[in-house]
Amino acid sequence: MNVGTFILVSAIKTVIALLVLLTAVAYTVWLERKVVGHIQNRWGPTRVGPFGLLQPLADGVKFMFKEDLVPPHVYKPLYIAAPIIAVVCALTSISVIPIGNWVTVGGLRTPLQITDLNIGLLIILGITSMGVYGVALAGWSSNSKYSLLGGLRASAQMVSYEISLGLSLIGVLILAGSFSLREIVDAQAGSFWGFIPKWNIFYGGQIVAFFIYLTSAYAETNRIPFDLPEAETELVAGYHTEYSAMKFAMFFMAEYANMITVSCVATLLFLGGWHGPLFGAAVLQEILPVFWFLLKVFVFLFIYIWVRGTLPRFRYDQLMAFGWKFLLPLAIANLVLTGLIVALRS
Amino acid sequence: MVPLSNYLALSGILFGCGVIGFLIKRNIITIFMSIELMLNGVNLSFVAFAAQWHALRGQIFVFFVMVVAAAEATVGLAIIIAVYRTRETLNVDRVNLLKL
Amino acid sequence: MQPVATTFFFYFLAALTLAGGVLVITRKNPVHSALALIIALLAQAGLYLMLYAPFVAGVQIILYAGGIMVLFLFVIMLVNLERSQREEQFNKQWLLGIIAATALGALFITIFVRGRAIFPVHIAAVAEESNTQEIGLMLYGNYMFTFEIASLLLLVAIIGAVVMAKKRI
Repeated sequence: MNVGTFILVSAIKTVIALLVLLTAVAYTVWLERKVVGHIQNRWGPTRVGPFGLLQPLADGVKFMFKEDLVPPHVYKPLYIAAPIIAVVCALTSISVIPIGNWVTVGGLRTPLQITDLNIGLLIILGITSMGVYGVALAGWSSNSKYSLLGGLRASAQMVSYEISLGLSLIGVLILAGSFSLREIVDAQAGSFWGFIPKWNIFYGGQIVAFFIYLTSAYAETNRIPFDLPEAETELVAGYHTEYSAMKFAMFFMAEYANMITVSCVATLLFLGGWHGPLFGAAVLQEILPVFWFLLKVFVFLFIYIWVRGTLPRFRYDQLMAFGWKFLLPLAIANLVLTGLIVALRS
Repeated sequence: MVPLSNYLALSGILFGCGVIGFLIKRNIITIFMSIELMLNGVNLSFVAFAAQWHALRGQIFVFFVMVVAAAEATVGLAIIIAVYRTRETLNVDRVNLLKL
Repeated sequence: MQPVATTFFFYFLAALTLAGGVLVITRKNPVHSALALIIALLAQAGLYLMLYAPFVAGVQIILYAGGIMVLFLFVIMLVNLERSQREEQFNKQWLLGIIAATALGALFITIFVRGRAIFPVHIAAVAEESNTQEIGLMLYGNYMFTFEIASLLLLVAIIGAVVMAKKRI
C-alpha cells in the first residue's frame, strides 16, 4: 500500500468512525433518558418523533443556537480550551479500537480499525489520562468555588482510580502477551471444552479484574456512583457550572464518548471482542462479528445506565478509601495470582 | 533521517532551559518544573543514544529516571504544601527561618 | 511501510518541545508554566516514537504528562495562586543564569558541530514490534536489583509524601 492510498483509506475510516461515534453518543443520551425514565416510573422523551427518537437532534439544534455565554470573571483562553481538550481526548481514543476482523473492499484489504498500534492499549490509557486536564482546567479557569472544588475532586479521583484501572488490565496483558488490542482479541478465540467461550472473563481469575476494571472505569468517567465532581446537591454542577451552550455540550459529549470507549475496551479485553457464534451465508459471516461486538458494547452501556438509575452517590472519603484501600490491593493480588497461574502453566 | 546530533542539541537546550529556570525563578513550583525539564532533557539523550546503538539499556535507564522524577515530584509537592501551610508563601527566598 | 517526512516531524516536534521549555521558564503564572511543560512532554513523547521507543513514549504520556503533571496542577490549584502571583517571580541571579546559559550553549553548539563528524548519520530501525517485551525481559532479568531499589524508593516517597502533607498523622 503506498502513502497516498494509506492516507485516503485512513481519512475515510476516520470520518466514518467519527460519524458513528457521534451518533452513538447522541443515542446513548437518548437511551439513558429513556431507561432512567422507565426506572423512575416516567416515560422519558416522547414528543419529538416516535418514542422521542429525534430528541438528540432537537437537543443538538438547541445547543448550537443557544447563546454562548462567557462569564466575565473567567480566565478566557483556558476556559475555552478546556472543553476542547476534553472532547478531543474523548474522541481520539476510539482510533485504536478494532470493531471487527479484516475486510476486503474493492480489492483493498483493511482492518476495521483506524490504526493498529502495537501499543494500542497504552495509547488509550495515555489519552484517557490526558482527559483529566479538560476537567481540571475547566475547574480552575472558571474562577468559581464550585468549579474549583469540582475540578480538584475530579483530578484527584481520576488519578487515584487510574492506578487500579491500569493494574486490572495487566492480568489480561499477561495472558495475551501483547499491548495490541487486535492480538488480545485474537488470543480469546476458541472455547474451553467446546461450550464455554475462551473469553478472558472466564479465565484464570480475570473475573475479579473485570469487576475492578468496571468499578474504576465508572470512577474514571465520573458516573454515578462516583459522580462527585458534578454532585449537584453540593457543587451545583461541579467543574462545568460556568459553562453553557456548545461548551457545555462538549463536556457532555466527552462524558458519553468516554463511556463508549470504556465499554469498547471492556468488550475487547474481557468479553472476547467480536468473537461469537458464526452461522449463515458468507455475507452474514462478515457482518456477524461486528454485530456481536456492538451487542456487547450495548450491554455495557445499558449496565452503565442501569447503575445510574439504581445506586446512590458515595461520600468523598468513602470514594478515596474504596479506591486506595480496597480496589488497589485487590488489583495487585489479582496481578500476582495471574502471574502465578501463567508461570505454573508454562 | 535525522542525525543523532540534532537530538543531542535539542536535549542540551532543554537541559539548559531547566538550568536557567532553576537559577532565575523564585516560585518553588516553577523551580520543580525546571528540574523536570532537566530530567527530560537527559531522558531524550538516553533514548537517542539507545536508538543510535541499538541498545535497549538506554531506554531502561529512562524508566529509572522517571521513577526518580515521580518520587521527587511527590515528596517535593508534599513539602510545598507543608511550606505553604506554615509560611503562606511560595517564594523560596522567604522560606529562610533557618538562616542566620 | 517506510517512515515518511521524518525530518519535518522532527523539526515540528523539536520546535514544540523548545517552545514549551522556554515558556516554562518565562511565564509568570505557574499554571501557564505547567501547561507549557505538558506540551513539551507530549512533543517529547512524539520524539521517542520517532526514535523507535514506543513503550517509553507511552509511559512518558501516562506517567509524566498524565500523572506527575496532574499532581503539579493539583498543588497549584490547592495553594492560593493570587497571593503567590503578586510575589516576585524572578530573583536577582540574572548574571549567573546568563553565564550558565552561555556556557551550556557553547558546550552544546560544540557537540552539535563536532557530533556530525563523530556519529554516523544513519539511524537504523530497531525492532519495534517486540520493544515492550524486550524491555520487560531486561527489566526483570538483568536489572532486577535496580528495579527493586526503584520500587523501594517509590515506597519511601509515598510514605514521605503522606507524612509531610498530612496535618495530623
